[in-house]
Amino acid sequence: MLVLEKNALSEEIESLVNQFGKERSALLQILQAIQRKHKHISDFAQQEVARMMEIHPVEVNSVVSFYSFLCTQPKGRNIVRLCQTISCDMAGKEKVEETVQRELGIKFGQTTKDKRITLEFTNCLGMCDQGPAMLVNEKVYTKLDPETAINILNEIK
Amino acid sequence: MELEKIKKKMRSGPVLFSEYKLGEGVKKALQLGRENILFELKDSGLKGRGGAGFPTATKWMLSGASLSDKKFIVCNADEGEPGTFKDRVLLLEYPELVFEGMIIGGYTIGAKEGILYLRGEYEYILKSLEDFLEMLRKDKLLGNNILGNENFSFNITIRLGSGAYVCGEETALIESLEGYRGEPRNRPPYPVNTGYLGHPTVVNNVETLASVPHIILKGGEWFKKHGTDKSTGSKLFSVSGDCDKPGVYELPWGTSIAELLKVVEAKNTKAVQVGGASGICLPKSQFNRVLGYEDAATGGSIIVFNESRNMLKVLKNFMEFFVEESCGQCTPCRIGNIKLLEAIEKIENNDFTFSYINNLKELGRTMQLASKCGLGQSSPNSFISILENFKDEIFGLNGKGKNNG
Ligand SMILES: Cc1cc2nc3c(=O)[nH]c(=O)nc-3n(C[C@H](O)[C@H](O)[C@H](O)COP(=O)(O)O)c2cc1C
Ligand code: SF4
Ligand code: FES
Repeated sequence: MLVLEKNALSEEIESLVNQFGKERSALLQILQAIQRKHKHISDFAQQEVARMMEIHPVEVNSVVSFYSFLCTQPKGRNIVRLCQTISCDMAGKEKVEETVQRELGIKFGQTTKDKRITLEFTNCLGMCDQGPAMLVNEKVYTKLDPETAINILNEIK
Repeated sequence: MELEKIKKKMRSGPVLFSEYKLGEGVKKALQLGRENILFELKDSGLKGRGGAGFPTATKWMLSGASLSDKKFIVCNADEGEPGTFKDRVLLLEYPELVFEGMIIGGYTIGAKEGILYLRGEYEYILKSLEDFLEMLRKDKLLGNNILGNENFSFNITIRLGSGAYVCGEETALIESLEGYRGEPRNRPPYPVNTGYLGHPTVVNNVETLASVPHIILKGGEWFKKHGTDKSTGSKLFSVSGDCDKPGVYELPWGTSIAELLKVVEAKNTKAVQVGGASGICLPKSQFNRVLGYEDAATGGSIIVFNESRNMLKVLKNFMEFFVEESCGQCTPCRIGNIKLLEAIEKIENNDFTFSYINNLKELGRTMQLASKCGLGQSSPNSFISILENFKDEIFGLNGKGKNNG
């Protein structure tokens, strides 16, 4: 990472710490904000959070590693999470899965070369009456079939 | 009113989906005072809708009696049990009930702060909830001196989860709010005494809180006219799977599985999973059982399977869920769920003995006893009930072969 980028990230984290506070109970909110913007929480970001909140970096890492929506490695600009739980599975999740993989040329768990999309599975999204369901970043899409799923993915930048 | 715009569907039901006007519950509560609120709540027999079924009045009394300068009301909107989506409907379409339940709770136990823990997957609901809170502040239903009452100020903040089912467990939820890994704590101490940041904390499910304004307004007597002696009131059922009309239904407790299947227009039903992945799977012969704390208890998840479904595949999906979602803190759950999943794979490959399967059912019973929290205590439920209730299909004992789905 360039020094300039590092400085910018440090400043950003500093302002998050100012906004949410230095108490431990603010940690998850701060990490969520970093994740939302950068799609991952780098080692450097974790160290900076630890330094500014005056806790050990391992404490920060232990929290990041616990939550499935937080990660340490860079992902695509858009994270697509297809529900893999039973009701969506029965509603045709497998067909959507296969078509999406073929169309993007990657498997679930991978990111497209142009960093546009990361494909992931997730557990029940609370949309079981309208499956198959998926999240694109924080937006939810329901009643998918292979065609609608592809159309949605083609539209995201 | 803005509220009308948010409402997407006209719903109707005996309690939660009955008519309600914004602010009436809080207004009545402030007139009644703490003692009478607790009386009505106790009289109603309301029990927690999040799964465990603890009497709500008792929970509120215990935390009300705790001495502390700070107390909290936490609304558990982590709704992650497979097949459950009723809290999403309440949050989107009836936020007034949920928030007023929290405000009334705050008034009753002496808390000034409420926190709604919204699962990360529901981030798309956040904006409408924040807007609603803003409206409540304008209407003096939230903030300083609520409805002009000098002795009552209450605020609500919303915090997001980050994709961990176990954070729905109340002590894991508190850990998460405090900025830690969502690992359940030993209980006791219970949150009513030692909760968020060490202060007395009431954690209630979205639906539990949403029932409160109706009870306060119309009385405990009215509430318990619905349902059964042990399960008073109504319940929201989230129905999905093989039926023509999936969705959220408000029905009185005591409704039988067969009746529910009729309502949702399910045909050729072979099995019904009651209570989500942590619940039990009932075969046709048990469809006369009734939904309620005294018989088939559930947080509301109902998944319907028709004759074409392969129950071993269903079970595998559930066990994969638990292997992923176990927090890994205690051995029976961390290792046990992996062993149960391995067994399913062995059955799939026809590479098992019946004594091995019986040992694993025994392991399941050990997990139910020895796991630290409800996740590991209930994850063997579907393993045991599916293998017992569908053994002919799964082990090919009826001659149809095991892969008939
Ligand atoms: C693994 C696990 C997940 C849970 N998830 C939820 C949940 O998403 N929502 C909820 O209200 N309760 C959930 N619970 C139950 C809570 O621990 C707690 O009993 C409940 O929030 C209390 O509220 P109530 O008394 O109003 O039901 C879960 C329990 C366990 C063991
Ligand atoms: S039972 Fe499972 S989820 Fe609960 S504390 Fe133990 S390992 Fe964690
Ligand atoms: S099973 Fe996919 S949203 Fe619930």
